[in-house]
This record gives sequence, structure tokens and C-alpha cells, in this order.
Amino acid sequence: MIVLADGLTLVQRKLLHLRHQPGTLVAMLVMPAVMVVLFGFVFGSAIKVPGGGNYREYLMPGLFVMTGMFALSSAMVDVAADQGRGVTDRLRSMPTARAAVPVGQTGADTVTGLIGLLILLASGLAFGWRAHHGLGHALGAVGVLLLFRCTMSWVGTYLGLIMPSEQTADALAPLTLPLSMLSNAFVPTDGMPGWLRVVCEGNPISAAVAACRSLFGNPGATAAGGSWPLAHPLAATLLWSALLLAVFVPLSVRRFTRAGL
Amino acid sequence: MDSPIVSVHGLRKRYGDLEALAGLDLAVAPGTVYGLLGPNGAGKSTVVRILSTLTRATAGQATVAGHDVAARPDAVREAIGLAGQHAAVDEKLTGRENLRIFGRLARLGRRGARRRADDLLERFELTEAADRLVSTYSGGMRRRVDLIASLLRAPAVLFLDEPTTGLDPRSRLDIWAIVRELVAEGTTVLLTTQYLDEADHLASAVAVIDHGRVIAEGSPAELKARIGSHVDVEVGGEADLAGAVAVLERLTGGRPAVEDLRIVTGVPGRAPSVPQLVRELDAAGVVVQDVGVRRPSLDDVFLTLTGRTAGTGGAGGGTTGTPQDGPEAQKARRRERSTEGATA
Repeated sequence: MIVLADGLTLVQRKLLHLRHQPGTLVAMLVMPAVMVVLFGFVFGSAIKVPGGGNYREYLMPGLFVMTGMFALSSAMVDVAADQGRGVTDRLRSMPTARAAVPVGQTGADTVTGLIGLLILLASGLAFGWRAHHGLGHALGAVGVLLLFRCTMSWVGTYLGLIMPSEQTADALAPLTLPLSMLSNAFVPTDGMPGWLRVVCEGNPISAAVAACRSLFGNPGATAAGGSWPLAHPLAATLLWSALLLAVFVPLSVRRFTRAGL
Repeated sequence: MDSPIVSVHGLRKRYGDLEALAGLDLAVAPGTVYGLLGPNGAGKSTVVRILSTLTRATAGQATVAGHDVAARPDAVREAIGLAGQHAAVDEKLTGRENLRIFGRLARLGRRGARRRADDLLERFELTEAADRLVSTYSGGMRRRVDLIASLLRAPAVLFLDEPTTGLDPRSRLDIWAIVRELVAEGTTVLLTTQYLDEADHLASAVAVIDHGRVIAEGSPAELKARIGSHVDVEVGGEADLAGAVAVLERLTGGRPAVEDLRIVTGVPGRAPSVPQLVRELDAAGVVVQDVGVRRPSLDDVFLTLTGRTAGTGGAGGGTTGTPQDGPEAQKARRRERSTEGATA
């Protein structure tokens, strides 16, 4: 109970940031907007969606997942900053519940993710993207996206805790972009060289993207001759999340409790 | 002394090959300011980190407010406040929001945290800035908010790890005033500092730490008495040196050190008075430019105990720009050289 109460207080802390700097939300959406222009209009005209269909419809689920992926870098930077500036030590010297700090960070990332996702969904609709399988499936896809974002936030929280400095975290943060591109988010994997295809299809991002495409009824959900994760994207996404959470939740809590020991 | 509120026995801490603490003992009387004095890397911060439950000792025992820090960290956390070298508050929030959030995390409850934050802001004259983002605060104001955040639970023991490092003189005085007020109300303060005048002004007892050990302990006055004072004489010309040295040897029983036309003599016991010095030197026919008797500062104490000035780093520490590393420290280093020269 105390974990929950303290976690909520820390979620509130992050939401107050948003209130003081609403620009953060805009910044969160800049990259997807750039991607819509670059891929939706520039490269997209030359990309053929497997099984046919509109490329921008194919692209949007990739962008939804990519913004979720960014929770990894933002959590990593936030946590490393708190640690570098002594805020983490202050919290650890207080009778605050040990697990509350990572819970608060990831909870806040999930809530801000929902706000960002709603804006992104609205922009998608404006670009001609549609959810074809009804509200129930669409809500399921939103659930998958939030679970994915929350998972990435836990991974980022752990990475932030083990960063030697805020600067290192800042320097590593942009790597999430190429990581999210090593997937089926922007281009189909069936044209890639064999080894790269294995890497990309094994990337948890690909499973999440494919799961969203299938729940939203967007084209390119399953690649022909694809690997198991892409043939069963929803199951693969849930398994990936369960696995990553099972590893990174205890690691982060333990690391927070014992940092500096 | 009342039974100590912080007590440390044989504390050791090892980071890999580096022995940060090498068997440290401390006893802090309740309701006092206890100063931990030492250069960078001496182990001061490590002591504070162990006592505030942030890290565990490799060996030894420590209790704070009656609780063993290793066995009952939760109980210790309820009794302490910590303000470190950083302004450990959230820059993207206002001062008031920071205090409310930390107050709730300190188990004051939503309403309790609100009330306590408002009270403390008023008391420490931050009401005007309270609703501005901390990122717009001056360094001194940030440190004050940080200090207030450590007071939310009215701690029995407050740890201040170099609370005024990097602050301008005005802000230092502000922090000192707050510390004095807290102690008057019964709070015990354990203060680490490399500023010798800070310990001199605030602390009733001081432990000088070097290489993870206490090398001297006592009140600032006791420590200074151990060192004695210095007699400083500047003569008119080379020809006056020999006569002056002879007079100084006779009057002080010390060993005068000569540098150019200056003669510095350490006096173990009572120093002669300035008029007496002038009279005797004049009687010996010495032309005197300047005579002074300087009572030792803690700077001298540190120099005498460690052979280094406090601004100079110990193991793993670099030189930091402390106020002491100004003319005082340079003078001290010069003196050190001249003494070596005289004994060689």
C-alpha cells in the first residue's frame, strides 16, 4: 500500500513537470511527425507493403510502437539525472518505500505515454490511418502499446540506475532510434538479407508492431514465411513483456535499494 | 557528556582496493554541532553515507538516535535529515511543490506535508520565491530549499555534507544562521566541511579526518591550544636578521624560520606580547618593520597535523578552490617551506 501511495506521489511529480513544461509532450511527438513526413511521403512512395495496402496505414502502428520505445531513453535519462543530482540519495535516506521510486517513474511514463498516444492516434486519423476491426480491438491495441511502453520504461529505469553519469545517459539516449528501426516498423522484413531478417524479426518491437497492425486491421500484419514471433505477434508481445518485466522489475528495485553499496 | 546520539566504533569501508575508512570512531553529543573536517577524499562523505543508510560499512558499528544503521535502517531514516553537496531537489518543480512532494514521501500525509511546507517556507523566508521553478533560483536559494527539504520531518539528527561548498559568502552566512537556529531547538547536526572557519564558527566539537581515520578530536579551542601561536616579525634589512633570531629564540623558546626579511616562530605555550617583542628587539638594536602575534586558525591545526593544507586533496582528491586556498593557504605553504629550509 505504501509503495502504491508513494508511487502515486512520484507519478504526480512527473505530471507536474508536464504542467510546467507542456512543450515536453510536443517534443515527444516531433520524432513521429518527422517520420510521417519522411517515411509516409518521401520513402513510402517506393516501399511496397506485403499483401498490398496503403503504406501510411502500414506505417502508423510502427510509429505508435516507436514512441513507446522512447520511454526507454527518457526513463534512463530521468533516472540518471535524479541520481546525478542527489535526488535519488535524498529519497533513499527517507522512510519512502524502496520500490516506490521505480514504480513512480514507470507509472508516470505509462500515463504520459497514454496522453501522447491519444494525440498520435488523432494525428494518424488525420493522415488517413484507420482502425478497421472496431473499438474492442482498437482498445486492445492501445493496451498492448501501453504495456510495451511500461516495459521499455522499466528497462530504461534500470539502465538509468547503472549509468555512471547523466551525461552518459544523454549520450546513449539517441541509440533508441536505430534500435527501433531494426524492425518491421518502417519497412517489411521479407526483403532483408537472411541474418538481418532474423535480428529484426526477433526484436520485440517487431512483435509489438505486428500485434498492433493485426488488432487495428492495418496491412502487413504478418509477413509471408515469417518467424514465429511475427506469425503469433500478440502472444510474442505478451511473452516479451512478461520476460523483460520479470527481469528488469526486480533488478531495478534491487538496484535502487542497494545503489552505492 | 550525555550518552551520544551518534556513535561510531571501528568503522571501515572499502571500495575495491581503496580503503575509504580505516577504523573510525566518533561520539556526538545530542544537541550539538559536530564537525568532520578533512581534505577531499579523507572519508568525510563516506561516514555520512553510512550513517544516513545510503551505503553499508565493510566492518564496524554505528548507531544513530539509538538505532543500528545496518540492522534498523528504516528506524534511522525516520530520525534523520540529509542535505548533501548537491541541491537535491527537482529543478523542474517550484520550491513549494518540491517540499510538498518530499513531505508526502516523508510520511507527513497530504495535508501535513502542505502545512509543513508552507510553515518552513515562511520561516526561512522563501515565501516570495516559493511558487517559482527551482531552476530560476540562485545557488544559495537552491541550497536553502534543499536544507528545508531535509527538515520536513523535524529530524533528531541532521547530516550536512559540505552544506556551503561553492556558495557565496552571503549565502554561507544564511546557512550558518539556519544551522544555529536548529541546534538551539535541540537538533543534533553532523557537519562535514573542508572550510576550517565553518567548523570554527559552528561546531562545538571537531574531528579532523585524514585517510579514513580520526587524527585529532576536541573543541576548536582545544585543537588550537595544541598548536600554540605564531610570532611574525619583519626586519628592516639582512643585517638585522641574526639579532632578531636571537631575541626570538630567547623570548619564545621556539625555533624561528627565516624567509627573506620575515621571521616566523611557532610558540608552543604562551606567546610574548607585541609591546614586549618591540621593546626587546629595539633594545637589541634590530630595525623592525612589522611585528605580529597570530593566534592559530584551524588552518594551522590542519597543517600541523597532516603536513598539508586543507584545500589540498588527500587520496583521490584534487585541489578545489576553497576560500582558504587564497592568500592564507599560500602563506601557510610558504611557511611550511621556510620551516623545512630552516631545519635542513
